[in-house]
Amino acid sequence: MAHHDFDMPISEDQVRSLRIGDTVSLGGTLFGIRDATQIAMFDHGRKTRFDLNGHAVIHTAPNVKKVEDKTKFPAGYAPICIGTTTSARMERFTRPLMEQYGVRIIIGKGGLMQQSQAAFADLGGVYLAIIGGAAALETTWIEAIEDVDLDDLNPESLWKFRVCDFGPLLVGMDSHGGSLYETVQATAAERRAHALSVLGVKS
Amino acid sequence: MKIDSRIVEDVCKALYIRALKVLPDDIKQGFARLDAAESDATGKAILGTMMQNIKVAESTDNLLCQDTGIPIYNVTIGPNVQLDGHQLKQAIVRGCAAATHEHPLRSSVVHPITRANDHTNTGRRVPVINIDFSDEPEVLRIEMIPKGSGSENGSFLKMCVPAEGVDGIKTFVVDKVIEAGGKVCPPTIVGVGVGGTADLCVHLAKIAATRALGSVCDDEEGAKLERELTAAVNSLGIGPQGLGGDSTAFAVHVETAATHITMNPVAVNIQCHSARRATATFTPNTVEYGF
Repeated sequence: MAHHDFDMPISEDQVRSLRIGDTVSLGGTLFGIRDATQIAMFDHGRKTRFDLNGHAVIHTAPNVKKVEDKTKFPAGYAPICIGTTTSARMERFTRPLMEQYGVRIIIGKGGLMQQSQAAFADLGGVYLAIIGGAAALETTWIEAIEDVDLDDLNPESLWKFRVCDFGPLLVGMDSHGGSLYETVQATAAERRAHALSVLGVKS
Repeated sequence: MKIDSRIVEDVCKALYIRALKVLPDDIKQGFARLDAAESDATGKAILGTMMQNIKVAESTDNLLCQDTGIPIYNVTIGPNVQLDGHQLKQAIVRGCAAATHEHPLRSSVVHPITRANDHTNTGRRVPVINIDFSDEPEVLRIEMIPKGSGSENGSFLKMCVPAEGVDGIKTFVVDKVIEAGGKVCPPTIVGVGVGGTADLCVHLAKIAATRALGSVCDDEEGAKLERELTAAVNSLGIGPQGLGGDSTAFAVHVETAATHITMNPVAVNIQCHSARRATATFTPNTVEYGF
């Protein structure tokens, strides 16, 4: 259970060094992505001008404010509240994000499933768990919205954030087949029979 | 008491923002209670971060969670309250849109087929407006709930048959809490509707999920189910964020309604740990804000 500080982007070796239970903090660039962004990219063939190679994406759609001062806010947006959404809805986009764009890290809440687990193993990637609903705190880890693409999808645009000491985030799924979510689900499945018996449910 | 719809509009705007920023005291107490009892190190660390987030939101006057939710307004009208129902509904919609525009807030509301977002957090039949009546003279109460989508996606209905009995209800709740896992942002309030028609059953689950912690179902049979199911779901080891621990739910809340001799419906609607709500109480000459 080690802690890692990564200045983004990172290499395949770096991502493969991570194990479930490790913690990670990120510095530099972080991309924000969500359902509509990925539907546009992978179902409707739209491309982004951003280079996501070796980078991390976070499942988010932020609260922002349009501002005029482009020196302080280069994308024309000031961050208000930036948090994280449930990842499972976006399960089918993990592999194309990694294969077509070279993404190494997916940050979200609630975990991903088997298809993503396989993509992490095949291509070298991890899932980092952030605490959902802790957006006021998460916002303090974000220095600026540097740029935005596919902004007609706002708030589900492709956001480019500059972050500092973004974390600690927990490695929830690694490239070696490890998943904290699977472990917890297995425990719950095991305890189900006992819970139902205490409830007096006749099997 | 006569209600001015312009005041309703301002209050509904203020309620949306207040609900997004200030967590009710009963939920804060719920966190303290879970934190004191949590035996898993990861679970305890996560609860600590969630409590830190509540403080950061207050000290920075920021939203607790980025999800501005689906706006719900529950209106309860007492005797001798005079209002124009149509104007009231329009005022609620305008207040909701004004909060979105003026704060500003992320608009989380889209057309269900085109997915078009008009950036007002309103749309066809949204905000959800529920109207009810009370016996409190000269009192109008408006409760605002920004219902987060991660937990709203943890909604389930099963038309059990009478032969499945209460066992069917209990099994369904346990299985849906396992299925929802970390996706619904635990620790949660698991709302359970029992009885009624299909639509009433789901509505009961929503009422249960958004009730204050510490409140008890006023049907004794429902209250008994609440106690049993709360212990059961917290024995599963799902824990905060689905990463393991004792704190899967603050509580299971149950609401019941009479049902048909051939029916045994059960619904689950889940509220995430950011269990936000805000209430304004109108009495002659005053409006008071609370939870």
